Amino acid sequence: MNAHGTVFKYGDNVDTDVIIPARYLNIADPDELATHAMEDIDATFVERVRPGDIIVANRNFGCGSSREHAPLVIKQNGVSCVIAASFARIFYRNAINIGLPILECAEAAEKIADGDEVEVDFSSGSIRNITRDETYQALAFPEFINGIIEHGGLLKSLKARGI
Amino acid sequence: MAMTMTQKILAVHAGLDEVVSGQLIEADIDLVLANDITGPVAIRELKKAGMDKVFDEAKVALVMDHFVPNKDIKSAEQCAECRAFAQEHGIVNFFDVGRMGIEHALLPEQGLVAAGDCIIGADSHTCTYGALGAFSTGVGSTDCAAGIATGKAWFRVPSAIRVELTGKKAPWISGKDVILHLIGEIGVDGALYQSLEFTGPGVAELTMDDRFSIANMAIEAGAKNGIFPVDEKTVAYMEGRVPRDWRVFEADADAVYERTVTIDLAALRPTVSVPHLPENAKPVDEVAGIAIQQAVIGSCTNGRIEDMRVAADILRGRRVADGVRAIVIPATQEVYLQCIREGLAEAFIEAGAIISTPTCGPCLGGHMGILASGERAISTTNRNFVGRMGAIDSEIYLASPAVAAASAVTGVITDPATL
Repeated sequence: MNAHGTVFKYGDNVDTDVIIPARYLNIADPDELATHAMEDIDATFVERVRPGDIIVANRNFGCGSSREHAPLVIKQNGVSCVIAASFARIFYRNAINIGLPILECAEAAEKIADGDEVEVDFSSGSIRNITRDETYQALAFPEFINGIIEHGGLLKSLKARGI
Repeated sequence: MAMTMTQKILAVHAGLDEVVSGQLIEADIDLVLANDITGPVAIRELKKAGMDKVFDEAKVALVMDHFVPNKDIKSAEQCAECRAFAQEHGIVNFFDVGRMGIEHALLPEQGLVAAGDCIIGADSHTCTYGALGAFSTGVGSTDCAAGIATGKAWFRVPSAIRVELTGKKAPWISGKDVILHLIGEIGVDGALYQSLEFTGPGVAELTMDDRFSIANMAIEAGAKNGIFPVDEKTVAYMEGRVPRDWRVFEADADAVYERTVTIDLAALRPTVSVPHLPENAKPVDEVAGIAIQQAVIGSCTNGRIEDMRVAADILRGRRVADGVRAIVIPATQEVYLQCIREGLAEAFIEAGAIISTPTCGPCLGGHMGILASGERAISTTNRNFVGRMGAIDSEIYLASPAVAAASAVTGVITDPATL
């Protein structure tokens, strides 16, 4: 599986309140919810993002609330992958559990700039920056987590195990 | 191999003699929690996956606390969804308006969490129960759904930071000052993927309400959990509330920690975290005099009876400053009733503050005190992110109930000792 798209670049500590503000958490429809993605940090994100695009951020992406609405609205907007130097732990779990690909890579977070064209090979964790002709290597997931991702999320992987 | 307190609890719940940090385990859980925001998402995921069984109807808690009493039709629909699920599955611990409280104040108060437990909750502040010597951590709705269906959760066993507490608190210093100071020291990702294990002679100087405030905000340092040793105060709190056996775990004397952070309680000043991260912690002296338009005293961090008493002691016989809205939110019905019985409610109202029924409300910009553009609040809540309490250019200063109440009286951020 690969991802290929244009990068939306953000800084440290992008919190779940700016990814999807709580004032919208009364919305049940994922498509409607997704129209407010990143609203408080990047008001034009939803207008500009195209299917396949990639979010790159620095440290502690997704910190704050446990709301699963955060990875959900990112995925719903067609984002193919989130790359960060590190993720807040609940966001990390949530992304895996709902099948939003994420990669931890400090070098990529440092060197990729907003608007760069980037390609990701999930099987190897290799991140190619086409704009700058550079390649970075992300940390590989443990096998257990790969299993969840391959099954398309936690509940599907539990079902596959007969639970 | 020596284990931390957290690792020991996880090992027992995974049916293993020992675990090491980094190990992936599947653990049995004693309680799984969701609220009116995260519950509906979990319920829909369960339905989508065709999972229609609850692992144990007595070990699931559904607390309607975020947008209740419902602020609009959409939030009413969310509660209706939870209510229907609770009824269908015979969920014993379904807390609706009238019985509900803010989940992390309510569940300990009702004796639903105990020392040695392994608990997950679809709310990031689930880490609060570490105050009782339990392992508890926040998860998302899908993890919660899996927990509701199976009674199990997967974890990566965390390493830990040891937080050594020494000394005795000065007047007006509370658990909130300890945790804001600690987050200021280590940063909002200072304990990422790790446990914060509190220890040292200073622990005995902290009340249970102090410990709940501290464990509650472990997540604000990125921690997986925050945990306190079990002592006489913990046991006294659980006795008469917890109707079952609990289990006391202690870290091995030679347990390995990533590092030790020492905090001298005697040296702490009332602490305020300035916008827009909890790590921006400063002694009140550096921010005193900044004008505020709203003071919020409540939340899962600071809506317990001691918080109410401190605030009432300051507000009694004084007036909330002109131009300030003071909003007091007891975290549970029991705390609310106690406020009435002890005359705290009278002190709040006579001072010109309002008392709200329990709700998370303003903390996450839901309702009951949303900020307009350019407004500034002093708040005993736990996050001061951009737009958290309202308009994107409003500001939140995090502080203890004492500082929030003193600031409500003067209209500017105030050290309570100077009143």
